Amino acid sequence: MKKTHNRGYKFSQYVLPQIILLAYTVLALFPIVLIIQNSLKTRKAIFKAPLTPPLPGTFSLEGYQTVFERSNFQLYFVNSLVVTVVSILLVLFLGAMAAYALAEYKFPGNTLLGLYLALGIMIPIRLGTVSILRLVVSMGLIDTLTALILVYSAQGLPLTIFVLQQFMQQVPRELKEAARIDGASEYRIFGLVLPLVRPAVATVAVFVMIPIWNDLWFPLILAPGEKTRTVTYGAQQFLGQFVSDWNAVLSSLTLAMIPILLLYILFSRQLIRGITAGAVK
Amino acid sequence: MQQLSAKKRKKPFPTHIVVFLAPATLLYTLFMIYPLLDSLRLSLFAPNGEGTEVFVGLQNYITLLTDQMWSARFWGALRNNFIFFLIHMFVQNPVGLLLAALLSRRALFARGTYRTVLFMPTMLSVVIVGFIWQLILSPLWGVAESIMGAVGIADLFQPWLGLESSALVTLALISVWQFIGIPMMLFYAALISIPEELIEAARVDGASNWTVFWRIKFPLILPTVGIVAILTYVGNFNAFDLIYTAQGALAGPNFSTDIMGTFFYRTFFGFQLQLGNPTMGATVAAMMFLIILLGVVAYLFGWQRRMTVYEV
Repeated sequence: MKKTHNRGYKFSQYVLPQIILLAYTVLALFPIVLIIQNSLKTRKAIFKAPLTPPLPGTFSLEGYQTVFERSNFQLYFVNSLVVTVVSILLVLFLGAMAAYALAEYKFPGNTLLGLYLALGIMIPIRLGTVSILRLVVSMGLIDTLTALILVYSAQGLPLTIFVLQQFMQQVPRELKEAARIDGASEYRIFGLVLPLVRPAVATVAVFVMIPIWNDLWFPLILAPGEKTRTVTYGAQQFLGQFVSDWNAVLSSLTLAMIPILLLYILFSRQLIRGITAGAVK
Repeated sequence: MQQLSAKKRKKPFPTHIVVFLAPATLLYTLFMIYPLLDSLRLSLFAPNGEGTEVFVGLQNYITLLTDQMWSARFWGALRNNFIFFLIHMFVQNPVGLLLAALLSRRALFARGTYRTVLFMPTMLSVVIVGFIWQLILSPLWGVAESIMGAVGIADLFQPWLGLESSALVTLALISVWQFIGIPMMLFYAALISIPEELIEAARVDGASNWTVFWRIKFPLILPTVGIVAILTYVGNFNAFDLIYTAQGALAGPNFSTDIMGTFFYRTFFGFQLQLGNPTMGATVAAMMFLIILLGVVAYLFGWQRRMTVYEV
């Protein structure tokens, strides 16, 4: 009697969670694996046996050939990289400066300015698209990566400032006062505080990066030209044109996924630690 | 002490404060706040046929809500958007909570691997996810059908994305598949930060896992539940990419997957034969702004206020 109770307990305690998590893991991975494995097969094998991995008889790279011959994936990739990296650097640097000032100095309007800068966390920047487009046109920045960088930076700042401000408030006062007594300038002290909030900076960087890299809306509206296409928009256009060429479609999907997946697997530890850091502190 | 140091600093003009704050504030104001306000202003204007825009008061809003051509699309998109949101709210968030609860168990085998894998779809671009699922659900390829066949339910297969009755729900579930990682991580972070002593105390008193979760853990993570809810709301009323990728700007079949984002895009950017209409577009954006604002206000005053009371 006690034994069966134990067994039931063990099942609900250890086995059931594993079954649920495993089932969900399959659901999360299956679509990704399916696309990647079929991108490496001949057209015939893609349709005949989509669920089997590429074998010597069915292996083919024809899809990748089409993609590299007919599209500028390399260019799209560089564009996405430039836009994402420059935006993140701008957001983190300008955001950290503003957050530091809000957390460190008491000046009239401090709270109000903090609220003003936080408004953008809840209000999607897309709602201002009509005017953003006009603004970008009037600045002569249409079809440039600069336009995307400026918009994404504005989009990322509110959350960055809000989060970093919380963390900067926790940096011990004595440290800054000691530096001041030693005659350090306010800029130097900012330089001292910045490394102390590095975990928060990493967290924010991830939250700012993903939507920028994956965005379709602004490239579609502000930079639709061939030369400024990002991976997301470029893939969308390419896929639209080659709908019937399954090899090319599967290969381009794989090419668009692989960089992000590799980066993610490499950094997932730090990344997840960063996401959960806010809660644990 | 603090006052004293503040006074001391007041003497010379605090240039450094301006240097720290000005770049971010200017960039944010120019590319975020100004466009939002200017869009609201534009929603009160209309082109007069000679290339200039004239003030028309609330006429655009009246047109949007009452004119037959506009109002059917507007109310349709709003209704669809609510369905889209409710599916996220009641599928994505509960399943995310379940996964987080399982992940946060102390003696879980392979926890790190699960965490990494379950968050993976969230990292992918919506465009990629949209295409992947389009392929999987395609009757041409037959992957979904043959998998259903393996468990003997192949007869139930239908081209869900192509049917008016099921396209919206299918797209919402695809979006749930992708974004479930976000509520999962937020719940997970909240759950692992609960002090162990609280749970141990309950265990000593003989409480089961189930009781511990619903009586102790869940009440403690209620603030996160609120945050997840409002993030889902804002995110869904701002959605566009998935519908555009899978169904195009016309959000077919027969507008059955049209949500505010696609309606906004068609209105201001134009599609096929219809020319773009920036001022009507601004009006649609203003309505979206209002809808999102209502949600945020409800959250801040209806939910978060109660939370503070609870926490005290």
